[in-house]
Amino acid sequence: MQPLIFCVAVRIVQLMLDIMTKSKPQPQPLLLLPLVVQNLSYKVGEKLLLDNVNATVNSTGVSVVLGANGAGKSLFVRLLHGLLKAEQQAIKWNGQTLDLATRKRQALVFQKPVLLRRSVSANIEFVLRRSVLKPRTANFIQQRDAVLHEAGLFDQRNQPARLLSGGEQQRLALARALATKPEVLILDEPTASLDAATTFQIETRLEQARDQGIKIFLVTHDIAQARRLADDVMFMHGGRLIEHSESNDFFNHPSSEQAKAYLEGRLLF
Amino acid sequence: MQDFSTAFSLAFSLIFNADADLVEIIGLSLMVSFSAVLFAVVVGFPLGAVTAVVRFPGRQVLAVILNALMGLPPVVVGLLVYLLISRAGPLGWMNLLYSPTAMIIAQSILITPIIAALTRQIIEDLHKEYDEQLRSFCVPVSRVVMTLIWDARYSLLTVVLAGFGRAIAEVGAVIVVGGNIDHLTRVMTTAIALETSKGDLALALALGIILLVIALSINAAAYILRSSAHRSAYA
Repeated sequence: MQPLIFCVAVRIVQLMLDIMTKSKPQPQPLLLLPLVVQNLSYKVGEKLLLDNVNATVNSTGVSVVLGANGAGKSLFVRLLHGLLKAEQQAIKWNGQTLDLATRKRQALVFQKPVLLRRSVSANIEFVLRRSVLKPRTANFIQQRDAVLHEAGLFDQRNQPARLLSGGEQQRLALARALATKPEVLILDEPTASLDAATTFQIETRLEQARDQGIKIFLVTHDIAQARRLADDVMFMHGGRLIEHSESNDFFNHPSSEQAKAYLEGRLLF
Repeated sequence: MQDFSTAFSLAFSLIFNADADLVEIIGLSLMVSFSAVLFAVVVGFPLGAVTAVVRFPGRQVLAVILNALMGLPPVVVGLLVYLLISRAGPLGWMNLLYSPTAMIIAQSILITPIIAALTRQIIEDLHKEYDEQLRSFCVPVSRVVMTLIWDARYSLLTVVLAGFGRAIAEVGAVIVVGGNIDHLTRVMTTAIALETSKGDLALALALGIILLVIALSINAAAYILRSSAHRSAYA
């Protein structure tokens, strides 16, 4: 009787809310770049956490958002993705303000993966079902299995996702994000608590994604990782974007004192 | 002491021989309580989940009201339903007074706030965990609610069992609107009260034992479900 009760209750809410949200527009095809950030600030109470950030990103590849803890990196990418609300005109993706259509073309992977209380394959199915694919069709199952194979998680597909190791969980979170076929992939310190081997697996997958034309924003405080992956570096400190330059320029000739100090491993104040 | 042991002996005899009156009373009790729980779940799950997830004016007030209504005195609920469905009441034309339907209505009113308030709490906790990820996937509100209810199903099952426990053990409301009429509205709790006052302890004890077994079974089921869900990391 319980599944019936659940289904009836859930269906009622779904119908109610579908009627309420019926008039929302469907996403239209658009290319997200260039990203233009103008005078982006963010306050919590009286505390200014992000201070007048300006940036233009026009290149594909990997943009690394680098900086020490508390620099405002995670806050910055959450604002880019629309998880936090910025001022109306501060962030523009290809001239568009951050609307639903723009957000649907992005995916975000968190430092601590948020996995549904379901099996590994059900976590993938959750995002595949968002698209036009009908669940349980041959095409749907084929796509799901392809994602699982690509993530190296096919053998664990029936396991509860939360019983995977930390590295496997992050691989699943990345695979799930990529399964949404994003134009822009944002990662907030995805390898911060992972060992070298798993970090390598994640980085390899990111390089493949970059080669497939996905624009990547990678938040990290790991200088070595930034060197390995970055095409351009956005260096943040104290809630400000201090420097934004090509990777080679940044690592060989940092223009700011803060960036020099950070690269030399000195403490920043 | 002699009387008590005889009463116990008779009570077990009634149970093991599946006495017709006993079975009828248990059957009606389960029917009334299951129906009330079904109604409470259909209303309470969505109400609790929407209150947890959707921001709307008066949301906090609704949450406080739901919490407050969890402690509704059954006799007061019985009285209110009585006023509604008695011949002079606004729904008097429906002739529901002293019927199982009236008992279902009273129990539904009693347990819907319990189901809704506990659902809200559980869904709110899970929503905190899922919120950023689901917003990142641009999941519409209807699917957020559906996802949260599904992923919290083991915890919500405990809520259902808590509601059922409250309904099956309730006496104040059903006696006011049901009237404890033999072969019509007599349920376990009202029968126990009546038989005890009459001094017929055997039937009262037999019903009491069944009630206890039901209560224990509910708790055991809830415990097993939760443990199993935790082991598989689904709760």
